[in-house]
Amino acid sequence: MKNSSASSFDIMNYAVQIVFTLVCIYPFYYIFIYSVSDPQQALKGLILLPKQLTIVNYTHIFRLDNMLHSFIVSVLRTVIGTILTIACSTWFAYAVTKNELYLRKTIYRFLVITMYFNAGLIPWYLTMKELGLKNNFLLYVLPGAVVAYYVVLLKTFIEQLPQALEESAMIDGAGHLTIFTRVIFPLSMPIVATIAVFASVGQWNTWTDNYFLVSSDNLQTLQLILYNYLTDAQQIVNSSNLQDLNRGLATKISPESIRITITMVVTLPVMLVYPFLQRYFVKGIMLGAIKG
Amino acid sequence: MHAQANPAVKVRKKRWNASRVTLFAMVIPFVILVFVFNYIPLFGWLYAFYDYKPGIPLSQTPFVGMKFFRLVLDDKDDLIRVLTNTLAMSFLSILASPLAVIFAILLNESKNKAFKKVVQTLTTLPNFISWIIVYSLASVIFSSGGLLNEILFKLHWIENATNVLGNQPATWWFQTAISVWKGLGFGSIIYLAAIAGIDPELYDAAKVDGAGRLQRIMAITVPGILPTFFVLTLLNIANILSSTSFEQNLVFYNSLVADKLETLDYFVYRTGIATGDVSFGTAVGIAKSIISIVLLFSINAVSKRVRGQSVF
Repeated sequence: MKNSSASSFDIMNYAVQIVFTLVCIYPFYYIFIYSVSDPQQALKGLILLPKQLTIVNYTHIFRLDNMLHSFIVSVLRTVIGTILTIACSTWFAYAVTKNELYLRKTIYRFLVITMYFNAGLIPWYLTMKELGLKNNFLLYVLPGAVVAYYVVLLKTFIEQLPQALEESAMIDGAGHLTIFTRVIFPLSMPIVATIAVFASVGQWNTWTDNYFLVSSDNLQTLQLILYNYLTDAQQIVNSSNLQDLNRGLATKISPESIRITITMVVTLPVMLVYPFLQRYFVKGIMLGAIKG
Repeated sequence: MHAQANPAVKVRKKRWNASRVTLFAMVIPFVILVFVFNYIPLFGWLYAFYDYKPGIPLSQTPFVGMKFFRLVLDDKDDLIRVLTNTLAMSFLSILASPLAVIFAILLNESKNKAFKKVVQTLTTLPNFISWIIVYSLASVIFSSGGLLNEILFKLHWIENATNVLGNQPATWWFQTAISVWKGLGFGSIIYLAAIAGIDPELYDAAKVDGAGRLQRIMAITVPGILPTFFVLTLLNIANILSSTSFEQNLVFYNSLVADKLETLDYFVYRTGIATGDVSFGTAVGIAKSIISIVLLFSINAVSKRVRGQSVF
């Protein structure tokens, strides 16, 4: 009696989980099979399997105006932004663990408080404008150089490291910068790796700064290119681009294929990176609950 | 931190001041960076008290005091509309928040560890993609020429194409469903952590007493999660004026659903940036921040009284 109820519970439970997992995953699977199908065949409908496997969509979207360029901008903002965030936030975290830092507590609080208030969209926009950051690559990477949440995580980690290591370096006459680069930073690798993944996914996905502050084509990111293709149907259909693209092609690329393939290109890097975060989710969430 | 008994420390005392000054000097640039990007925008709140026109420096614009705050209140129709939408969608998302608890309990009850890990990995994916991608997926599936219509046609369930993205009456529900889809897997992680913290002996004792599986869930797991759920719900209530993310609003916005979709944040953006009414938009933003802060503190007070512990 008890056994049968338990097993029916199990079946129910697995069924619910499988259904929800499929709901989460299917849209991604669908754009994947669409992007590797022949554009004209795909228009007739796809459900489970690709039709006439081809990579023509991928080889061709990169010939669209700006596509390759924006891809490079996105990669650059991700790489530079992540490196900058890691360097600045880690150094900041190291400094606020040092008792000999003047105003140590004040400086730390000054940063932590920023987690709890936000001036709002318009003041932020005006500030960025006043700072001359409109249409300037720095707007992607500078504001996120020192992130309060990351500093809290890093500081917690650094404080757990054995004191003796630092002290022996001090006796050898090492300065702060040497201790930081040669001792503390290498030892903090586990948490640094976590933050690197978080920060890079964040950089790759951020687009509002681009949307509000960049008008020049030179600095458009991949996310925004996709947004423009989604919201401005005419951009694809009328673009001389598409006609150029299809000139001399046996199968004509469709606007749907273009949108879906760009979506796939934008999603793929995240798909490759985020499973590595899994181990740190809980730790990060739990530590995030601790207030400086 | 540093034991004074250590002879090395005494030696260091001589260099101490120099080293302290150096360290301080090496931190200051970053403090300035934090100040510039997080504190300077706060001065922008001043714009709400001046009749600011873009292009004219603030020093030359007339001070108007509370004029724009009064204007916000005068603009009743707009305000009521966007507040209704904001509160409705907040309410729906708070209503949906137990789903993450249920999902966490189901995950925790799976006997197969590998299955659990796979489900967890796959269901957190939507959390890590941008709202633009979400919108792209939604338009691929839900637009009039999309996958959903195609399937419904094939099944002969519908005669005419439905466009979910432009369906005004369903807007609140649809947007909540999208938020749930995006956040459920990730949101359940914190509850899984809470479940992991429950003393296993409780389960053993319940087993000995003959409690069945559902009884154990109801009597041990649910009460174990409740404090976490309570805190998160209180924080959600404090954020009631900015429930659906602004980015979500921006990508799903279209003229068909505008009346049901526009929330306070979007209204601030539309008046302040799209139409250049900086002072008015800032005033709305300030009012929103103040209400959020008041809510947060009153909720904290309530929580102290009810549970004897504060939220933060």
